[in-house]
Amino acid sequence: MSTDILDQVTQGDYKYGFTTDIETDIIPIGLSEEVVRLISAKKNEPEWMLEFRLKAYRHWLTMEMPTWAHLTVPNIDYQSIAYYAAPRKNAPKSLDEVDPELLKTFEKLGIPLQERMALSGIAVDAVMDSVSVKTTFKESLSELGIIFCSFSEAVEHHPDLVQKYMSSVVPYTDNFFATLNCAVFSDGSFVYIPKGVRCPMELSTYFRINAMNTGQFERTLIVADEDSYVSYLEGCTAPMRDENQLHAAIVEIVAMKNAEVKYSTVQNWYPGDKEGKGGIYNFVTKRGICKGDNSKISWTQVETGSAITWKYPSCILLGDNSSAEFYSVAVTNHHQQADTGTKMLHIGKNTSSHILSKGISAGKSQNSYRGLVKVNPAAENARNFSQCDSLLLGDKCGAHTFPYMEVNNDTAIVEHEATTSKINEDQIFYCNQRGISTEDAVGLIVNGYAKEVLNKLPMEFAVEAQKLLQITLEGSVG
Amino acid sequence: MENKTIIAETNSKSLSLAGVGEASYIDLYKQHHESIKKHSAAVMNDSRDASFALFEELRFPTTALENYKYSDLKAALAIDYGLNINRIPIPVNPYDVFKCDVPGIQSYLFFVVNDAFYPTMDTKALKLPEGVIIGSLKEIAETRPELLKEYYGKLSTSKKDGLVAFNGAFAQDGFFMYVPKNVQLTKPVQLVNIMRSDVDFMANSHNLIILEEGAKAQLLVCDHTVDEVRFLSNRVTEVFVGEHATYEHYKLENTHTKTTNLSTLLIDQRASSNVIANVITLHNGVTRNTVEIDLDGEHCETQLCGMVIGDKNQQVDNFTSIIHNKPNCNSHELFKYVLDGFAKGGFTGKLLVAKDAQKTTAFQTNRNILLNKTAKMRTKPQLEIYADDVKCSHGATIGSLDETAKFYMQSRGISEPEARLLLMFAFTNDVIEFIRIPALQDRIKMLVEKRLRGELSKCEGCVICQ
Amino acid sequence: MLEIKNLHANINGKEIIKGLSLTVNAGEIHAIMGPNGAGKSTLSSVLTGNPAFTVTEGQVTFNGKNLLELTPEDRSREGIFLSFQYPVEIPGVSMVNFMRTAVNEHRKYKNLDPISATDFLRLMREKKELVEMDNKLANRSVNEGFSGGEKKRNEIFQMAMLNPLLSILDETDSGLDIDALRIVANGVNKLKSPDNASIVITHYQRLLDYIIPDFVHVLYDGRIVKSGGKELAYELEERGYDWIKKEVEEAAI
Repeated sequence: MSTDILDQVTQGDYKYGFTTDIETDIIPIGLSEEVVRLISAKKNEPEWMLEFRLKAYRHWLTMEMPTWAHLTVPNIDYQSIAYYAAPRKNAPKSLDEVDPELLKTFEKLGIPLQERMALSGIAVDAVMDSVSVKTTFKESLSELGIIFCSFSEAVEHHPDLVQKYMSSVVPYTDNFFATLNCAVFSDGSFVYIPKGVRCPMELSTYFRINAMNTGQFERTLIVADEDSYVSYLEGCTAPMRDENQLHAAIVEIVAMKNAEVKYSTVQNWYPGDKEGKGGIYNFVTKRGICKGDNSKISWTQVETGSAITWKYPSCILLGDNSSAEFYSVAVTNHHQQADTGTKMLHIGKNTSSHILSKGISAGKSQNSYRGLVKVNPAAENARNFSQCDSLLLGDKCGAHTFPYMEVNNDTAIVEHEATTSKINEDQIFYCNQRGISTEDAVGLIVNGYAKEVLNKLPMEFAVEAQKLLQITLEGSVG
Repeated sequence: MENKTIIAETNSKSLSLAGVGEASYIDLYKQHHESIKKHSAAVMNDSRDASFALFEELRFPTTALENYKYSDLKAALAIDYGLNINRIPIPVNPYDVFKCDVPGIQSYLFFVVNDAFYPTMDTKALKLPEGVIIGSLKEIAETRPELLKEYYGKLSTSKKDGLVAFNGAFAQDGFFMYVPKNVQLTKPVQLVNIMRSDVDFMANSHNLIILEEGAKAQLLVCDHTVDEVRFLSNRVTEVFVGEHATYEHYKLENTHTKTTNLSTLLIDQRASSNVIANVITLHNGVTRNTVEIDLDGEHCETQLCGMVIGDKNQQVDNFTSIIHNKPNCNSHELFKYVLDGFAKGGFTGKLLVAKDAQKTTAFQTNRNILLNKTAKMRTKPQLEIYADDVKCSHGATIGSLDETAKFYMQSRGISEPEARLLLMFAFTNDVIEFIRIPALQDRIKMLVEKRLRGELSKCEGCVICQ
Repeated sequence: MLEIKNLHANINGKEIIKGLSLTVNAGEIHAIMGPNGAGKSTLSSVLTGNPAFTVTEGQVTFNGKNLLELTPEDRSREGIFLSFQYPVEIPGVSMVNFMRTAVNEHRKYKNLDPISATDFLRLMREKKELVEMDNKLANRSVNEGFSGGEKKRNEIFQMAMLNPLLSILDETDSGLDIDALRIVANGVNKLKSPDNASIVITHYQRLLDYIIPDFVHVLYDGRIVKSGGKELAYELEERGYDWIKKEVEEAAI
């Protein structure tokens, strides 16, 4: 399997870097209360939504950008970003109404929006710039009572659910980027799985930034009601542009009693060129709550893109016997910087969490794992095991680990292990001796190193992720 | 009688608004910096105003700072302490009243009472090897300024740390040790810090330790508090370990619960040097130990370890940092905590491998046992690696005693409390193993056992206590 | 096939091979024996191009090509196979994936198309039987969690898969029980043909009961100091290495 992948990958370049020439409705750059009102008006939002945005905006004005991460973030001029961009033809009723250029874009990305996706068993919501373009399979899912639609549609058609759960996991005051998102978010995906329903197919959102000088601020809300199950995938790409673009998203997950949510991400935003020019600034707040007893949330991420990644998919383990997992592979090359990890907050009784993070640094990149495991006084019998491994390819990159453990209950067992090492020369020589070139050997070894995490991804994504690892690291071994 | 002056100082500080601790110290310095300087030495005064300016900027650290996340010093620093700026002699002769309780230990014994070096009665009788200088930092700064100038403040003044800056502004004296090239001290040097006062008291002292190339020394630092008042000691120790030199630093804290012990140990290691630092907190009030070791030469060996036994409302935060600046060095770090009562433990293990420090091996372990529901532990091991050819790892665990092991022991007829004790003792034992002074090792084993049995609740051992 | 002339090699500046010469022809099995530290394993490392070692003098040709100029992978593709004394574990990389990559790299070198999935699986099955390898082992990660014997069998399995012209067995018998030794030796013998050759590096004679050498060489202090037929191995087994050392020292005086 690996050789197929290697054969396909001959160029180390970012292959999603094209732009799409379609008519875009874009508002002028800058951020003010008027802009917030304008976004809300463009989306015909109800009054409560506007109020929510304004509340967040006013709070955001009082906040400062966090500086604690192990990142060098250039000054971001929030007044030089356009906060809303949408393909002109909004909210198509059927596939025929979708701009053909746009369809081509997603075809190019390998995300066909046609119903033939049925064969692969994935329902897709495609988000271009700020707007959800098309959600497939809505009808067949709705027969089961599953709601899978754009966030805007959810606001329109399911205001009760949105009002009940939106911001219930990530409050609008949570952090600088989340608050900004609350003020200006444009669209995103909404999922509701009713009681007792196992979602029969993978749900997937594909995010694409296309327009220039825009930020993308989408939010995703997934609610899994009692005894339900859903697996959700997220993919992201962006064109190659010299300037940096901001992406500040929110993902919220609510898992009720006995519910299970799996959330997988392959993040491949444009990382900038080999000299570090351009690329996406990816500041994302992802958090789930295991609200009911025996609920389970699992985050799996493969992070290969973005110039800067600041992202900590977290879990609040509120329900008794609830469990959470975080599996991550983060690869940085050239001038990329990543500060990513998770937070596990143990509140209920008999809760457990498992963290497995594999960092790979190459080029002149900096790659950090940052995680918090906190056990509250009442969280009897909490269990956590964390393992964070870092692999270094080259002597100009950095690999860092910042685990925080705070335990307030003596029945807890919290364990953390971390190792940092360079790629093993014996392994490379062993492969060489069997006729495998050094570059291919590195690809094999790195994929092997990341395998435990890649195995957690749904099949289609796993293949994609393996390819990405290989591409991202190309040219990193001399 | 003499304490009046201390009280006078206290009052002059108390004039400022209550609760605004920092402001009162800033006023105190502004008003009294002349007398602070008058009672210290020129070398120390050179950087004093700069340190004060830095403190004005940084202020006392709060938990909002990443490096002080687990050190809540707010209450301890809000107390209105007296300072002995005018160096009034303290009415105690430690040589008369202190009897070292480490049986069989042969050491060169020295005292710092509060923040003043206590003059040794008969230097000649000590029979120190030729060229070795041990004494009052202030005195030697006056008699041998050229010796100090090269070292004093070289590690501390650049630290962006409010407590270190405060020390730089207020410290007037401390302990000094100089071991010249290729001289090896065969007996350990013992430094006993005694805190003695009739009013709430703050001591700022600065220790300076210099080992030249090929020198060897062991230093045992014991912290004791005597009177039932509230003490705060803010000590900075700078250690320079020359090439091929060997230095062992054992810090044993056994103080009462009203003590706030803020200690900063800064060690600079040159090529092929060997350092053991062992920080043991047996009993205390609020403790913050900062240990920063810089490896500035190739082939250094470093063993940093520590142990905490805490209960009641004790609070201990060990903040450690090992920085590998050069290739081919090895460092090992091991910290263990046993916490009961309402004790709060904090540990930070920062391990940084700089860009050119190839072939580094660095291993760190932090293991913690919580014995009840009210004790708390926070740990933050962190690796920052900028070189690729390295082997680094850390492991941290927080848990309770191994129930299966306990049951196994019980099934062999050992009582539950005894089984617990054995397990806790076994748990802490490997830290004790790193003590290379056999008499001290035995003594600490015994003290740890007593402590774990709950029999050691106060600074037992020194005669002053009894 | 292989011609080594006056080879000198060092590691970290320390000379280990000090003027070694050896010729191996197709169809031959050469045993290289010698006391610990004689340079036996260094020879295998140098022949396969391990970057830890530096060749300072001498020539090595393999089927007319200057071997020392080739990268490790090209030496492999030319047909040199090393059964490692300490096979390396590669976590997460399955044996199937690993072997398929290697086989296809070899085929690419010979301008052949990649092997089809079915052919590959058939080949795997066939060769696994040769070393009585467990099916499960093939699905595990390369050498990870393998016992000593399993690792050595896995080496011979890979040898069978890649069908080399020259196999170098570096202390393949070390750490093997008698059954494993028999299996490994059987594998090697079955792979023997008039077109290929083997160099068997060993400290003990016992492997040579199973793999009968045509020539036995004694390596001492970086040089071949004595050569003979298989009877030399028995002599060494009986008398140890001291008499050889003595001979060498006497010759030096």
